[in-house]
Amino acid sequence: MTFFLQQLVSGLAAGGAYASLALALVLIYSAMGLVNFAQGEFAMFATFIAWTLMVNLGVPYPLAFVLALGFAMLGAAAIERLIVRPFERGPQLGVVIVTLALLSITNGMAGFIWGYVPRAFPTPFPQNPVVIAGVYISIQDLGVIGVSLLVLGLIYILFNRTKLGLAMRTAALYPDSARLLGVSVGGMLAVGWGLASGVGAVSGILLAPSLFLEPNMMQQVIIYAFAAAVLGGIESPIGAVVGGLLLGVLLAMVGAYVQPLADLRLAVALLLIVVVLVVRPSGLLGQVHVRRV
Amino acid sequence: MALLELDAVTADYGPIKALHGVSLKVEPGEIVALLGANGAGKTTTLRAISGTCNRGGRITFEGRSLRGVAAHDTARRGIGHVPEGRGTLVQLTVWDNLRMGAYTRTDKEKVSTDYDLIFGYFPILKERRDQHAGTLSGGEQQMLAIARALMARPRLLLLDEPSLGLAPLVVQSIFEIITSINADEGVAVLLVEQNASLALKIAHRAYLLETGTVAASGDARTMAADESIRRSYLGY
Repeated sequence: MTFFLQQLVSGLAAGGAYASLALALVLIYSAMGLVNFAQGEFAMFATFIAWTLMVNLGVPYPLAFVLALGFAMLGAAAIERLIVRPFERGPQLGVVIVTLALLSITNGMAGFIWGYVPRAFPTPFPQNPVVIAGVYISIQDLGVIGVSLLVLGLIYILFNRTKLGLAMRTAALYPDSARLLGVSVGGMLAVGWGLASGVGAVSGILLAPSLFLEPNMMQQVIIYAFAAAVLGGIESPIGAVVGGLLLGVLLAMVGAYVQPLADLRLAVALLLIVVVLVVRPSGLLGQVHVRRV
Repeated sequence: MALLELDAVTADYGPIKALHGVSLKVEPGEIVALLGANGAGKTTTLRAISGTCNRGGRITFEGRSLRGVAAHDTARRGIGHVPEGRGTLVQLTVWDNLRMGAYTRTDKEKVSTDYDLIFGYFPILKERRDQHAGTLSGGEQQMLAIARALMARPRLLLLDEPSLGLAPLVVQSIFEIITSINADEGVAVLLVEQNASLALKIAHRAYLLETGTVAASGDARTMAADESIRRSYLGY
């Protein structure tokens, strides 16, 4: 039982980080109807920025965290405005290819700047576990769960309680009406890219202590994020969170109890995507679109 | 100075030219009807003004040119466009639709009194406040569309076929509200309407569009009395 609970907590911690990246994918999918394949690489790059700030420049962790997030948000918004925007009028596939190009460019640039040697990444949480009712629980895991939920909660408040969030939803769902109401739809798209990148960066920074920082760090994680987003419903932000947490727990349990599959966690995630798409294409919390024909 | 002035305005949808030089004026506080058959260019004229189609020629609003002004900036300058089909934000609540109407405003206190003003004109919207806008009837959605546009405090309201698909009684009450909003709030209205006799009843002046140009114009009463307009558009 204690073993199970320990697995549950570490699964939730990983899941919280998957949920953040999944939410980043969902934010852009909701606004543009496509996924940004470079989302994981953006997160990795921002994590390197945080690392440089802390290790090379001696910036304290909280400030480095905030600065890296700011960098991720401004950078992604600029990329949307300058690189993606010219392709938005063309076919959607064009934009998808651009995000694939961004994936390999960002990855290559990180390798060029920082090299491919995995690096230890600092964590603000103590390394020794706490004992709750006889169960050893890592404070690192609890911290990751806490930060993830905090970020996801902030995004929820932004979208549901603020004027900017309402305008972003309107721009995504009804671009024509939004323009007539004075909303700059293009501007909202840039804000959306920025937000998504910020949320993704949280995921990278939270995972880096356990995964080690290197340019290919997020390449498995992005698959998990896809699985989480599809599981929860690719258009549902809450679904992304639920999907991420479920997937984290599922993978932890598979790793712990089904030893032969422990090395096939990625395959389990991909299988999950296929099963969800076949059985319930709209995901757990997605809405089924009914269209009159 | 006219509130809105169009001078030889053209518009196209790719290779298809929809307007071939439309010139018209709307004075402050006026209701101007834009009449014409299907495909005459009525909707396109409104879209040219709000910047939601390719356009050429000169459009001036409050003395400033709208050349190169994006749709969302046109809205910010004080032109409210209630589009064909109403543009309801169906998945959002009635309240959120109205909040989006006030999106461009920064005068918070005035906005909250304007909600009350709007609910005074459209009491049904107050009852339906927390419902999803998609659950409203057609007439209620039309009211919501007008209310939402008014929340931005426009000086000019572009109304595209507010009577479309609605029962005669509902149409009548919407037109009464348009008249009183115009009289009480001083909002000028450029009204596109298939139902010419109805439009001419509330309008001060009217323009008749035929295949993308202005074929006739004048005071609403004169237009209503004109033999050929009566036969072609009023049907008696």
